[in-house]
Amino acid sequence: MTKTITAYVPADASAVALGADDLATEMAQYCASAGIELTLVRNGSRGLTWLEPLLEIDQGDGHRIGFGPVTPADVSSVLRSIDEPGSEHELAVGRVEELPLFAQQQRLTFARVGVTDPLSLDDYLANEGYIGLQNALQMSAQNIVSRITESGLRGRGGAAFPAGIKWQTVLDASSNSHPVGKGKYIVCNADEGDSGTFADRLLMEGDPFCLLEGMTIAGIAIGAEQGYIYLRSEYPVAHATLQAAIAAARDRNYLGDNICGSGKHFDIEVRLGAGAYICGEETSLLESLEGKRGMVRAKPPLPALAGLFGQPTVVNNVITLASVPVILAKGAQYYQNFGVGRSRGTLPIQLAGNVRRGGLFELPFGISIREIIFDYGGGTLSGRPAKAVQIGGPLGAYIPEPMWGTLLDYEALAEIGGMLGHGGIVVFDDSVDMLEQAQFAMQFCAIESCGKCTPCRIGSVRGVETLEKIRANEDRESNLILLDELCETMRDASLCAMGGLTPFPVTSAVRHFPEDFGGEQNA
Amino acid sequence: MSQTKASVSELVRHWQDVPGGLMPALWSIQNAFGHVPSHAVPEIASILNLSVAEVHGVISFYHDFKTEPASAHSIKLCRAEACQAMGVRALETFAEQRLGVKFDEQGPLVCLESVYCLGLCACAPAAMVDGKLHARLNEQKLGKLIDECESTEAGAHD
Repeated sequence: MTKTITAYVPADASAVALGADDLATEMAQYCASAGIELTLVRNGSRGLTWLEPLLEIDQGDGHRIGFGPVTPADVSSVLRSIDEPGSEHELAVGRVEELPLFAQQQRLTFARVGVTDPLSLDDYLANEGYIGLQNALQMSAQNIVSRITESGLRGRGGAAFPAGIKWQTVLDASSNSHPVGKGKYIVCNADEGDSGTFADRLLMEGDPFCLLEGMTIAGIAIGAEQGYIYLRSEYPVAHATLQAAIAAARDRNYLGDNICGSGKHFDIEVRLGAGAYICGEETSLLESLEGKRGMVRAKPPLPALAGLFGQPTVVNNVITLASVPVILAKGAQYYQNFGVGRSRGTLPIQLAGNVRRGGLFELPFGISIREIIFDYGGGTLSGRPAKAVQIGGPLGAYIPEPMWGTLLDYEALAEIGGMLGHGGIVVFDDSVDMLEQAQFAMQFCAIESCGKCTPCRIGSVRGVETLEKIRANEDRESNLILLDELCETMRDASLCAMGGLTPFPVTSAVRHFPEDFGGEQNA
Repeated sequence: MSQTKASVSELVRHWQDVPGGLMPALWSIQNAFGHVPSHAVPEIASILNLSVAEVHGVISFYHDFKTEPASAHSIKLCRAEACQAMGVRALETFAEQRLGVKFDEQGPLVCLESVYCLGLCACAPAAMVDGKLHARLNEQKLGKLIDECESTEAGAHD
């Protein structure tokens, strides 16, 4: 009898970067020559990046046994091992859904990521997809918006602004007269430029329909007919996946005219950025979408009132929009029940840098930094002591070991001078030079500043120079004071978060790691 | 040359009536030619009803748009924090020395480019070589990728 198996090899960029495409080719070739009937699914990543490429095999009983990380050379021994009862392959990790670090998560937004075939709309529908949209189509616009408000969902891009309030503002606004702009818009910010963050990428590559559904619900809620996904050019896999998913959704009437027979119209276009970090800032993103230089706009007016092409616009991050379907499917209360304080729901925590088990863990708000680094991450990959973590991307603070008891929620991190941002955590071991990190923060700001406001454009350059003098022990004391004043100016006088938040990694490095800046405490 | 010009106008016309069509128009030109030739700028401007300054301003704002023909190969090494935590600074020096070019300079065969995050932060350091992603790099792996570039004439982006 011919043996039949279903195998899952992620098509996610991280898995591909670690050899998943070669693994998929070898699987197909080996099975063909061994007479095994193979159904190969290119799923998304489960987020357990240290196991990538993670090969999962289902022999027909519905259980997926994982092996990882697998190279093409391991394929024959892995496939032989599944036929020998009692034999345990050295790369075997058991049933993937029972792995403790997977099973302990609360995967609401990422429920399907790694499980389904990202480009199969049938698979999406069979796994609770588009239930949220079907519910939304039965509701009034105001009720949809109220449900989002009640869920407590806050913008996951970093600013943590309540999504429902933003939607309400756009719902209540009326369109403006504009030569190009018509109606209202939904804009998805997929310009995930922060180092240490990849939740948006994982979601778009692993469950693109979830984002499309969230955007469609948003469009119906606020009365927009056109949505844009502004995607960074560094994500070619996500780009291809989104394009294919949009075409599939249009084919089946989940996008376009008369969505699901409702008479409502909504469509989505993907627009590619061109390597400018600043375009992750919402007003700069809107300028770029309009075909201009990504120069930051002064606020007001808020994009909610005059955003893309002068029209009322919802600008939300990928994860914010991808959290909408589950809220509409299971209710505001269901989502609200997760989390702590004013941080409701779940947070896809991205653990990266020098860490043994890096990846994405979706958890309710409120786990401590230490638990994430050690219980999930297993400490540093280098085996050296961990010295600092940077949370929230290049504009986030460096946090030293004594503060790792802090819980990951928006308010708790703000209290210790940090910010949660998009939920990315980068771990550094004790070989890191914090002065070098502080200088890089300024350097990065100098490279990526849009140049519109002086504190950011000039301040960052002066910051790099001042830190160089501190390194050279040139008037160290007075230069540290100058650096502090420079940071204060940038923080208080910059037009947007780029210049305004660059001081966070700088001052936190100086404050918490004074030994790297020449010895004395400089609080 | 006249053939090139015709193609530019064809590519740009596709975006003529699309709101905010300049960025996708520039991408389509760069994808076709490997860069945005300076002689194409007045034509792009005229078709999209923009000034030459506006088009030039956009091209020069974004790191991705190139105005010179690209090297046959491109190595984009991620230089951001998560990769720094995994030792990319040593790899930067290694790559510059092996290739004999500085970052963001056109080499004869390979252009070594800075990129700030490929989203492969949990398997750092990472790079994109001729459009293909590679992670968990070390000197040995990066050296092999450089060898491969140097042993073949044309890259995937031609």
